Amino acid sequence: MYTLRGVKYKSILNIDQLEIPKERITCIIGESGSGKTTLLKLLNHLISPDEGQILFQNRPLSQWDPIVLRRKVMMLSQSPVIFEGSVRDNLLIGFKFCEKPQVGDAKIQEAIKIVQLNKDMSLNASFLSGGEKQRLAMARVLLLEPNVFLLDEPSSALDEETAQSVMEQMVKEVKRLKKTMIMVTHSKALVQGFAEHIIEIKKAMQ
Amino acid sequence: MQANIDLSIWQMTAAYIFILVLIVIVRFKGIPREKEILISSLRMTIQLVLVGYILAFVFEHSHPVYTLGIITIMLIFAINNIFNRTILQLSSEIKKVIALSMTLGILASIAYFVLIVLQVYPWYEPRYIIPIAGMIIGNSMTGISLGVKTLVEGMTTNKQLVEAALILGASPKMASEQVVKSAFDAAMMPTINSMVGMGIVFLPGMMTGQILGGASPVIAIEYQIAVMLGIVGSVSLTVLLFVQLGYKTFFNSRSQIKL
Repeated sequence: MYTLRGVKYKSILNIDQLEIPKERITCIIGESGSGKTTLLKLLNHLISPDEGQILFQNRPLSQWDPIVLRRKVMMLSQSPVIFEGSVRDNLLIGFKFCEKPQVGDAKIQEAIKIVQLNKDMSLNASFLSGGEKQRLAMARVLLLEPNVFLLDEPSSALDEETAQSVMEQMVKEVKRLKKTMIMVTHSKALVQGFAEHIIEIKKAMQ
Repeated sequence: MQANIDLSIWQMTAAYIFILVLIVIVRFKGIPREKEILISSLRMTIQLVLVGYILAFVFEHSHPVYTLGIITIMLIFAINNIFNRTILQLSSEIKKVIALSMTLGILASIAYFVLIVLQVYPWYEPRYIIPIAGMIIGNSMTGISLGVKTLVEGMTTNKQLVEAALILGASPKMASEQVVKSAFDAAMMPTINSMVGMGIVFLPGMMTGQILGGASPVIAIEYQIAVMLGIVGSVSLTVLLFVQLGYKTFFNSRSQIKL
């Protein structure tokens, strides 16, 4: 799905060669500050490498329309961003951004069941707890069904038990949809439970 | 009824004495601002005397070069004033957008106003164009200054929200929609407020000037309404151009945020 060759980004990342397989669950691990989030941002094309080439579906990212690419490869940031409005508004805002037709209530119910968010849809989203916001942001991405899910510490605000069961459901759904998941995580349990492919990033020597 | 009062030297002196009394009071109250009041009063006097003589010359020797020259100088000063007034660091790209929006918005507004609304003949008649251009440029300058501040601060403080929209597949335009709307509102607010209070809270400067100059209040009102509409139109146009082009300076060609 992704091929990285000679990618350098500031003094943070230096990757000789990296392949990320299609329709697999890839976990990116490594100590804090090693550049895991930077790698996800590079894959989402939110930033460009200083050197080297990143290919998505055998085509360099520089040849992709960045907006079209991001609609195929969606990222969920570590600190979930909540937009103004209700839980429902937040779940549906992605459709506006992607210029896609909205889904019906049945789909929404399905997504919030997967992330286990039992909240009133009309509630102001800013009133949610950190963990609930994280699950809301996850459901938002899930509803858009991108080809690649780039998840940055998706369960960092959840307790171990919830994290395990939410991620289990997420992985199941991603598999059912035949999509790819690339997840940055510190959780050994998540890596052991779900990883089919592991990338370990080592902190660059200063 | 007197048509107008030509102020004598003694009457002018009385006006300055008013300021001197004020300076004494300010000093007595221990507010260290007497120097500023004195310097700004002197500066205003010199500027207006010079402008008075320049305008008298230009009005007598009506020529398109003089009219266009004065509008250009006013425009350059206004653009420069926007750059200097903003405390925030402005990129060279955003400075270009400010200059372009001010120039296009103002010239289009002046042209429409002078040629279609007032139907001034000849088109370069400085007696009409220069005062109207002054009002249009001044108000647009205030509007854009506020728009620049709101846009730059909004993009900086809402960077996370803008970025979150981008990673969900939004175009830069969609991602910065909220910031752009706030910048437009902030820029339009003084003009809208001044329209609402006009005639009730205060009498606008141009109308006051015409009435003092001997014109009938009814004629003064006609001009004031027309000029006010011209100002609103020009501020909207310049600010709209600025925000529509300005947000783009925060993104590169790969739709990545540059902050």
